Amino acid sequence: MAHSVRRDAPELPDFSLLKRLARDQLIYLLEQLPGRKDLFIEADLMSPLDRIANVTTLKQHDVDKLYKVEYKPIVSTSDQLCFLIRPRIKTVKWICDVVNADKAFGRFRRYKIIFSPQKFYSCENLLEEQGIFGDVTTDEWSFYLLPLDDDIISLELPEFFRDNFLEGDQRWVRTAGSALHLLHSVYGPFSKLYGIGRCSKMAYESWREQVEEGEQRARQAEIGNVFLIDRDVDLVTPLCSQVVYEGLVDDIFRIKCGCVEFGPDVTSSDKSIKVMLNSQDKVFNEIRNEHFSQVFGFLSQKARNLQTAYDKRSGMDIKQMKTFVSEELKGLKQEHRLLSLHIGASESMMKRKTKQDFQELLKTEHSLLEGFEIRECISYIEEHINRQVSMVESMRLLCLLSLTENGLLPKDYRSLKAQFLQSYGIDHLLTFSNLKQLGLLVEQQPGETLTVMESRVGKLVNDKTAGKLTDAFSSLAKKSNFRALGRRLNLVPKSDEEYDLRVPRDMAYIFSGAYIPLSCKLIEQVLERDGWTGLEEVTRMLNGHEFAVTAGSNGSDARVKTDSQRIILVMFLGGCTFSEISALRFLGREKGLKFIVVTTAITNSARLLESMLDNHA
Amino acid sequence: MIRGKPDEDEYWNSSKFKAFTFDDEDDDFTRLKESKRAVNSIRSLVEEEDEEDDVEKVSWSGEPVGSISWSVKETASSIRSTGEVRDQSFPKINTAPSLPKNSSGYSLSSLFKGTTHDWTPEETVKRMQQGKVYSLEKFRSLQDKLLLLDEAVNAHDGNVITAVLIYLKKSLSKENLFRELITREIALRHYIHFLKEIEEQKLLLMQYRDHLNIRDENKRRDFLKSCLSLPFSPDDATHVQDHYTLLERQIIIEANDKQVESSGQADIFKKYPRKASILNMPIITTLYYSCFYHYGESDGTYSSPANIRKTFRISDKQFLLTCLGARAKLKAWFDVDALFTTKNWLGYTKKRSPIGFHRIVDILQKNNAPVQVLQEYVNLVEDAEQKISLAQKYKCHDVIINTYRDLKDRQQLIVYRGKVERGSSEYRKIEEILSNSVR
Repeated sequence: MAHSVRRDAPELPDFSLLKRLARDQLIYLLEQLPGRKDLFIEADLMSPLDRIANVTTLKQHDVDKLYKVEYKPIVSTSDQLCFLIRPRIKTVKWICDVVNADKAFGRFRRYKIIFSPQKFYSCENLLEEQGIFGDVTTDEWSFYLLPLDDDIISLELPEFFRDNFLEGDQRWVRTAGSALHLLHSVYGPFSKLYGIGRCSKMAYESWREQVEEGEQRARQAEIGNVFLIDRDVDLVTPLCSQVVYEGLVDDIFRIKCGCVEFGPDVTSSDKSIKVMLNSQDKVFNEIRNEHFSQVFGFLSQKARNLQTAYDKRSGMDIKQMKTFVSEELKGLKQEHRLLSLHIGASESMMKRKTKQDFQELLKTEHSLLEGFEIRECISYIEEHINRQVSMVESMRLLCLLSLTENGLLPKDYRSLKAQFLQSYGIDHLLTFSNLKQLGLLVEQQPGETLTVMESRVGKLVNDKTAGKLTDAFSSLAKKSNFRALGRRLNLVPKSDEEYDLRVPRDMAYIFSGAYIPLSCKLIEQVLERDGWTGLEEVTRMLNGHEFAVTAGSNGSDARVKTDSQRIILVMFLGGCTFSEISALRFLGREKGLKFIVVTTAITNSARLLESMLDNHA
Repeated sequence: MIRGKPDEDEYWNSSKFKAFTFDDEDDDFTRLKESKRAVNSIRSLVEEEDEEDDVEKVSWSGEPVGSISWSVKETASSIRSTGEVRDQSFPKINTAPSLPKNSSGYSLSSLFKGTTHDWTPEETVKRMQQGKVYSLEKFRSLQDKLLLLDEAVNAHDGNVITAVLIYLKKSLSKENLFRELITREIALRHYIHFLKEIEEQKLLLMQYRDHLNIRDENKRRDFLKSCLSLPFSPDDATHVQDHYTLLERQIIIEANDKQVESSGQADIFKKYPRKASILNMPIITTLYYSCFYHYGESDGTYSSPANIRKTFRISDKQFLLTCLGARAKLKAWFDVDALFTTKNWLGYTKKRSPIGFHRIVDILQKNNAPVQVLQEYVNLVEDAEQKISLAQKYKCHDVIINTYRDLKDRQQLIVYRGKVERGSSEYRKIEEILSNSVR
């Protein structure tokens, strides 16, 4: 597929500037605490930090020793401590303990907290309550955006999904607005914005306000159009098994911040190796968007070509050999290494998938998407639960069943829930309550009884008002209308047609031809129609909150077909999957567009569902 | 691509308490200066010193709300927000249709009742969003507090909403705060989340969840017992009851088995020492454990499979699957056989299963059942095609040969003869069939 790139597709903007900006601001902040200091870094900021700076950079700015935040007493002997953290109560609490322990010990130090990407009042309030406000200075490192690849930018905020969609906490809305604002100031001005979802609307508003507050600088736009989408507009897609190479690697090995760790089963040696997965890896770049079934053929062809290239050596004279070694050998060796790595990964994935009867699992998923033989699907899920196979997989199937069927029949819900609790632990009552609240797993008829969550709140207020709250919460658990949407948007191609995965005809190829991801289909439709006209029924089923806005009339280049108009920035609020990115790349090639994906985090079914768990102390 | 500096990589992932000291290396200072300029050129990235001196802003401080200049500004901003689009600017869109602007029922006019803030609620919220100096102390009347809260909610900034709620928590009684929050769902959810984060859960029915924090099993059990009186839905109440019963029994089973194991009385524990305690395991794991160590006990004991099955209303299918797994693990093929054997009223025995036999084969195979055992169950698979493919997968030669023989498929038999080892018993068997059958 990499060969079919339309010639007129515009070039992508250079996002490395974002890294430089982030690094330089960090240096600036470190300089605000002059002198030698020890730096404590929050675990999930380490990989992002690693992508933009290195130990040498930090060291040049008087960072002495580096520690990971581990919520334990510290052993540092430095007179100055700097904490680089996310704005989380838990971490700030720990810092309070550190400072108060020093106080009790009569030890004097200087402390600085750098919150990234911003601070929250609740964190500062805690410092105040603990009596150390002032002893500790605070700062913000506006590291909103980490470019993971030429066309992927991540906010690296996996908690966005739970905070926003489950807890109903809008703390990250302004963050999203600011991230968009940063992109607007560096690569804009944007001329058109489309969006769908409550959070998208709010993020748009926040962005608009920030644009109005700041000054406008006239510059040539690199990015013309923006599409904002809430993750809860389409929860089906991220819950499907990924079968495109990059998505599959993420499902199985978990790509973290653009980097994956391949274990001994892949490297066929005794050690693990960390690999950056991006367009710089020439082998990976050619297979990342391919359906897994196509990958083996490609890799073996590549291996044969490599062999031929190596074989050229025989029959060379000394001079030719010299040229070969200096010009070609290095590249060949590099390719050889990458090739064997991806072959190893493919083999390992193949083995694992065979072991877990992947074919049968996919069949069930496709039946659910199609709405075909639902009773058989339920039996399959039931047995999956009964055999205590992977808890997250069972939950994933249950959620897919609920989302595609608009909820479970009360009888099925009760029975499957009971069996799930028997198999995986009764603590999962809390998980079920969360899934229900988010609308991921619901009963078809709204029950009148109080669930755990609702009675939690009920206790908070009093019994009389609890009823009102129940209504409020059940109205939140909205219907998914998947079947109707599927028909309306042709998301599920007819299954009797043969689907040639070698020459994909639409975005459905990312799910073996069984389903076109709703999120990407919406983007395609809106771009095609230049708005939501004609999609009224669809947006109604998606609970509205759609918008399409254009810059004021003086924004004249809106009508000029410049390259920037064919660069579309898609922002996923709540995370997006590699499969969706592959689908958008496909769409871009088809239409001569370039998509840039900005996401609060890269997600997949396991990450999404794990964020719903509450059953740990 | 492989990361450039493996030693740094190593470092990031292994730094626990071991501190790391660097030695000197050369720098790239010029590049730094250059990009620093770039940073500073982008406004609002680097937060400059507070903008208190900004003329436009200062005009606000000390200015009585309701003064002419205030209302002029207020009007101007309302015009702007009703859609008059400025050059290059983007329209405001209604972000929360479900939320009336003044859900508190207080109109803007209540602002004019003589209270003199330095900043209006709107200005205060804006300043908070921008990280500027602000003051909440002057919002003292309930009306003002609520106006401030509603303004924060209208600004969609969770950070500010929570900040206002923290102030309200400090300055309002619980009863008053809760009464107002009930009609403000967005604010309420922020408040609940905040309480959850600061672990001030005594108010909430997070009590059930609290059992996870109790290590001692007896205390945990007693705690679960106390949860039984909480107002769960009937279904959830049953599950919580089960949870309590389960732990109660696990404690009894654990104490007993620990003692039996250490005294060395029972062979099963000697042969298969327990890898972990059964405490806090799910019901099905407990059932598996019971089928493994306590098979054949009378249903009067808490540890017997029958008792667990009955107490926790375990379905036939589930029971069979778990039992099968446990007995197959022990290679107790006789027990496995007995699980499926039913006698009809004439005394004939027949094998029955609530789940397809192809599944049974799968489970047995995963437990390394020998071919002799496997093929008995492969034979019971009804669908001939599925039967053959399973038989081929698990090399049950007899099943394959017999099936082809019964189908009188000479051609397939010849093909299969080519696949088995020459001179082996299955090879001879095929030869025999081929020579006996009439062409």
